[in-house]
Amino acid sequence: MRVALFLTCVNDTLYPDTGRAVVKLLTRLGVDVDFPMSQTCCGQAHYNTGYRHEAEPLARHFSDVFRDYEAIVTPSGSCGAMVRELYPRMGERARAEGRGESLATTLAPVVPKTYELTEFLVDVMGVTDVGAYYPHTVTYHPTCHGLRGLGLGDRPRRLLQAVKGLELKELPGADECCGFGGTFALKNADVSAAMGADKVRNAESTGAEVLCAADNSCLMHIGGTMSRLESGMRPVHIAEILASTEEEPAV
Amino acid sequence: MSGTFVGMPAFPEAAHEAVGNRTLRANLRHATHTIRAKREKAVAEVSDWAELREAGKQIKDHTLRHLDRYLVQLEESVVAAGGTVHWAADADEANEIVTKLVKMTGESEVVKVKSMATQEIGLNEALEAEGIRAYETDLAELIVQLGKDRPSHILVPAIHRNRGEIRDIFAREMSEWGRPAPEGLTDTPAELAEAARLHLREKFLRAKVGISGANFMVADTGTLVVVESEGNGRMCLTLPETLISVVGIEKIVPTWQDLEVFLQTLPRSSTAERMNPYTSMWTGTRDGRAGEGDGPQNFHLVLLDNGRSDTLADEVGRQALRCIRCSACLNVCPVYERAGGHAYGSVYPGPIGAILSPQLRGTASEIDASLPYASSLCGACYEVCPVAIDIPEVLVHLRERIVEGGPVVREGNKVVLKPAKGHAAERAAMRAARWAFSHPGALRTGQRLASRTRRLHPRSLPGPGKAWSGTRDLPAVPAEPFRDWWQRTNGGKEGGK
Ligand code: SF4
Repeated sequence: MRVALFLTCVNDTLYPDTGRAVVKLLTRLGVDVDFPMSQTCCGQAHYNTGYRHEAEPLARHFSDVFRDYEAIVTPSGSCGAMVRELYPRMGERARAEGRGESLATTLAPVVPKTYELTEFLVDVMGVTDVGAYYPHTVTYHPTCHGLRGLGLGDRPRRLLQAVKGLELKELPGADECCGFGGTFALKNADVSAAMGADKVRNAESTGAEVLCAADNSCLMHIGGTMSRLESGMRPVHIAEILASTEEEPAV
Repeated sequence: MSGTFVGMPAFPEAAHEAVGNRTLRANLRHATHTIRAKREKAVAEVSDWAELREAGKQIKDHTLRHLDRYLVQLEESVVAAGGTVHWAADADEANEIVTKLVKMTGESEVVKVKSMATQEIGLNEALEAEGIRAYETDLAELIVQLGKDRPSHILVPAIHRNRGEIRDIFAREMSEWGRPAPEGLTDTPAELAEAARLHLREKFLRAKVGISGANFMVADTGTLVVVESEGNGRMCLTLPETLISVVGIEKIVPTWQDLEVFLQTLPRSSTAERMNPYTSMWTGTRDGRAGEGDGPQNFHLVLLDNGRSDTLADEVGRQALRCIRCSACLNVCPVYERAGGHAYGSVYPGPIGAILSPQLRGTASEIDASLPYASSLCGACYEVCPVAIDIPEVLVHLRERIVEGGPVVREGNKVVLKPAKGHAAERAAMRAARWAFSHPGALRTGQRLASRTRRLHPRSLPGPGKAWSGTRDLPAVPAEPFRDWWQRTNGGKEGGK
């Protein structure tokens, strides 16, 4: 199977390790991964901040880049939700505004083929044990868009439970938002910071070494809070845990 | 604090205070988490919850689509049962109508059962200005009124007050409004409730005029419905000779049968009860319905628009009018939990307030323009809403209206809004980002520049970014963006790492 990796602009620029981990993991599972070099950004930040008309050309671009692949895999619940949930909505709105059929028809082919990483592993590849080894205590934070937008359910936790050496700790208040929310973190910094601090406190109460999530944007916010609060915990993307093996363990 | 919301600061500013108030945050956290857990249980008991939710959504959507027809039908039914219907386009008109009606009775006091519509229009203040005193009879409302405070929750307006504060308010203020609080009042719930009961009973027995809201109005019979927990509503509705109900036009359901859905979903969503302790229904006047000897002698229904028709004109935003005011969305909202109800600058706080107020009032004021951003778009509100209002969708839609402008209906007229001021820098940044993202080469140049200068990057930011880095450290920029690694190693096949 030939799949395209949609890494997202944030991961590409700030978290290349996550991208390398996805490539390593999927290759190990026999997937032929391609990274179309012309990919950029799904437009989520634009859309969610109210700049729908700036987001539309980015959505078109996304579709141009990815439409010919069998599947598109992304290690981000929120960018995955952008494509699957919000692209159809953008198409509908453009149609309702009488701007022709073109946006909806352009976006339609990529929508059902786009998968968040854990969804792709469990639903498309049919695996929960990916042969990973990660000898650490981990607590899992289900990010909002992955949880409610994509409905990832317990897929990530099933994958983590199958990792050798990993001890999973339940996170109290797991389904509460960490407070990132894109530009929300800037526009309502006080509330966002209070939410982040509560998330870190809950995570610390588990005694785990690592807080894991399937979205680096949330991890950036949680990790930044941990660093400022001088918490002993580390934020780690789930792809890096699943890519880790006994031969090549991640730290 | 006074009863007015005018001149409220923008949401982030108002929230700043609440976030720093430890007692308030602890009160809110405790209250919302308790009710949240109870609601979840109450909802889980119902096997067809998803169907009920969908049915509620459909009934409301259908009614809103044919609102003109149902409003006419309702008017006919109310008149046939001996009532009188008044139409109020805005707050001033509604206040004028009610004041005139009260004056016609010759009374200078009225008892009120909790009604958000009358708070929305500032009725108590309008009556006060004409020398008429309005007594709130809902316990939480009473606390807010005596404390010269503002409500901070839809269902529990005094959620921000603890027992000690309530005792002090009762001891200090009750005598000013009627029967004083008993000597040596303590802060035990039973004593506080008894003090309120005695204080209120006096008012009920004396009152000739009652003012109410309604949770539902049934178009085919002209029946109004109030659900409540304390029984004070029933007293207000049955004892006075004249009853004036002020209700938003969106509160209609077509038939009695439709109530079946909401009388299940509302209590479970709001108080986590299987059914409401008191469900009161009233239809017209005692003389209007031959052979029935109860009910008020005079019944007036004031149908309030106040921005609702304008909201209805918006295809995306109109779903806010489905709201049955259960307050479930407040109780799960992480932003409400930390910012408190007052920060929303309206009688409608929380997620629903963030989409309702800027639609009813427009986005001209600072607070209304800031409300659509008072959310991290986590989606918890949508998940619990018993009529499936996609609050995040409307929030984003309203953000778009603020930053990009566009056509809206205000006071019945189509107008085209200009993009709001104060977003110029953000708009420029969004455009620049869009341009870079439309030119992969430019994106790459930017990434490389960031990587090359990475040692110079601070972990915190000056200027507008300060808000972020005041409490969080920024991630370090990596030596090489992913796409350079991919190209250098041919997708990891050569030169590994
Ligand atoms: S928006 Fe939904 S959840 Fe919130 S108060 Fe209204 S009906 Fe309840």
